[in-house]
Amino acid sequence: MSTARKNKPQLKLHIPEPKHRPGDTPDFSHIKVGKAGEMRRPDINVVAKETQDIAYGLIRVLGEDNLPHGPWDPHVDVETLKRGLKNMLIVRAYDARMFAAQRQGKTSFYMKCTGEEAIAVAQAAALDPEDMCFPTYRQQGLLISRGYPLLDMMCQVYSNERDPLKGRQLPIMYSSKKHGFFSIAGNLAMHYSQAVGWAMASAYRGDDRICSAWIGDGSTAEGDFHTALTFAAVYKAPVILNVVNNQWAISSYQGIAGGDEATFAARGVGYGIPALRVDGNDFLAVYAVTKWAADRARSNLGPTMIEHFTYRVEGHSTSDDPSRYRPADEAKAWPFGDPVERLKKHLIALGKWTEKEHTDLETSIAEEVRATQKEAETHGTLGSGKTVSVKTMFEDVYKDMPWHIRRQRQEMGV
Amino acid sequence: MATMNMIQALNSAMDVMLTKNPDVLIFGEDVGYFGGVFRATDGLQKKHGVQRCFDSPIGESGIVATAIGMAAYGLKPVIEIQFADYIYPAYDQIVSAAARLRYRSAGDFTAPITLRSPYGGGIFGGQTHSQSPEALFTHVCGIKTVIPSNPYDAKGLLISAIEDEDPVMFFEPKRIYNGPFDGHHDRPVQPWSKTKASDVPDGYYTVPLGKAAIAREGNDITVIAYGTMVHVALAAAADTGIDAEVLDLRTLIPVDIESIKASVEKTGRCVIVHEATRTSGYGAELTALVQEHCFYHLEAPIERVAGWDTPYPHAFEWQYFPGPSRVSAAMRRAMEG
Repeated sequence: MSTARKNKPQLKLHIPEPKHRPGDTPDFSHIKVGKAGEMRRPDINVVAKETQDIAYGLIRVLGEDNLPHGPWDPHVDVETLKRGLKNMLIVRAYDARMFAAQRQGKTSFYMKCTGEEAIAVAQAAALDPEDMCFPTYRQQGLLISRGYPLLDMMCQVYSNERDPLKGRQLPIMYSSKKHGFFSIAGNLAMHYSQAVGWAMASAYRGDDRICSAWIGDGSTAEGDFHTALTFAAVYKAPVILNVVNNQWAISSYQGIAGGDEATFAARGVGYGIPALRVDGNDFLAVYAVTKWAADRARSNLGPTMIEHFTYRVEGHSTSDDPSRYRPADEAKAWPFGDPVERLKKHLIALGKWTEKEHTDLETSIAEEVRATQKEAETHGTLGSGKTVSVKTMFEDVYKDMPWHIRRQRQEMGV
Repeated sequence: MATMNMIQALNSAMDVMLTKNPDVLIFGEDVGYFGGVFRATDGLQKKHGVQRCFDSPIGESGIVATAIGMAAYGLKPVIEIQFADYIYPAYDQIVSAAARLRYRSAGDFTAPITLRSPYGGGIFGGQTHSQSPEALFTHVCGIKTVIPSNPYDAKGLLISAIEDEDPVMFFEPKRIYNGPFDGHHDRPVQPWSKTKASDVPDGYYTVPLGKAAIAREGNDITVIAYGTMVHVALAAAADTGIDAEVLDLRTLIPVDIESIKASVEKTGRCVIVHEATRTSGYGAELTALVQEHCFYHLEAPIERVAGWDTPYPHAFEWQYFPGPSRVSAAMRRAMEG
């Protein structure tokens, strides 16, 4: 050690830690909740550096009075709101049944999006149905909003004889080109820069479709995230770059991804991408920022970064127990409430919805999902032996099966 | 018909495809205005416009990822990774996405990208400009790997690669861009113009993927090679006077097993050569294939000649490069075996 430096404090490695661990009383008082309606709404041709305050603030529309406030009020018609509420309830009911199905041994794995339903569902409502989505595994709301059959989703989760992906993918890694839903991969963040390429292609062709991509707070640490931002900014790709900050990446809190030092939205500003930070549990706010970003993309103004500030109410997947790494009741302390409850109260406040209608809808959805599940299970569950032909295992590696794969298929005797 | 070196032939292939198919576009580091560090895309931006041939950030994973997204959209991107030595940041995108997209989406999405990259030694490029990483890609199911050895094949194979519906790794032996280097580094450089393979049609034609070529017919021994090593093998045949059949694989995956079988069954002896490091190199796969398919025709153990299992050293270019003397020695051993 150099003697000249003796007066300096000894160097110390910083390891970020969340404020609360199991046994602690959860407390989110350090989060500045802000008031609904207080955030300004810039013109869509804003430059990135002029969105710095929004990237560090929070766009909120639905107030304590359950009514919309401020310049971000998207003035959505009641039918769209009701459809959004219904879709969120379907997502929740579907998640509940598939989670239970995994616990019953009918499949290997499942992931819920509880508490984050507004993000996919409101964004699906704000985008055009033809716009392309590069989602993560927690945007099942996109498929449901776009009318992809629940039966197909369930058959995928069961890897059964009716699985559209022929038993090749882990449950929830759906794919549907027809519904503008890109094939999900477990390799996180890779799709984020692929989405930029899709958007560049759309621009190259003079198309009118834009692209939207989602990533979690945790995987913003992957190089592909930063690559995506660079390429999107350089080529002004018509893409919406969403970061769903649900506070947790399996057991690592968002500080492990660098969220304590700057907001995730702020990353966008550094790359020259206008960035918004939004209350992800506020259906109206999510809808409004998505429309704003979509308008930018459609006007050749390029990419927008949106951080959806939310909370992952359940575990990462069926494979982890969140009470092992965070207070069991932390979700209840989340200061932004529940997205379904908030939209319901908004519709009631508008006089367009009642508790009874809500309960009836929940009941009918639960029944519909249960009936669909029953039907899906007639096609098999994982391990039931009802699968697509094992022969198909060798297909689609290449467009045409080369000799060596054909030979291996023959070796297997199928 | 024109006389072209390999760079001109590759340039012509891209020119033809840009003209033929509006969905073809080219991008990569320095490929636009400048025309690429090896000049392979020279003049293409000027002729076809900036939207068809443009520069990318220095981000190999981003180049491949955006190409995958474009291909998923329906375009036919042709991308350049400036040196194969720099492909590793893109490896995840190639292996986990491009190679798997068709399979994992049950054919719903595909990624028919063509990835061009100069590879190989003999240029005093040191360990960051000389590598031959083809085995890292032949090991991955879902992608094809192509390596031409002359201008005519380079153009025809590149057009086939661009038209192919699967992702293709197109590795270009940069040592033979300008002439057919046979490993005799102490002899004068030969230009392509002195060879038949430099007669390249101006327009569209294809050389099919998955088909090997016989670079030299012979009866006594089969030498399996690709890229620069085809010319080294030809030199070794001339140096030894052994009547060798030199098989130029052209496509590594899917490999032309019928041509390998036909030749080895005829000669009964086999030497496999490549520049890449020996252990787990593509030669190991070829050795296994020859053993599986031709065992009862073999009259001697299969010989492998490869780069040493060290990084490519700058000062020891010719001690490292598996030149004609090493190939000749292996051929003699196989003849005696």
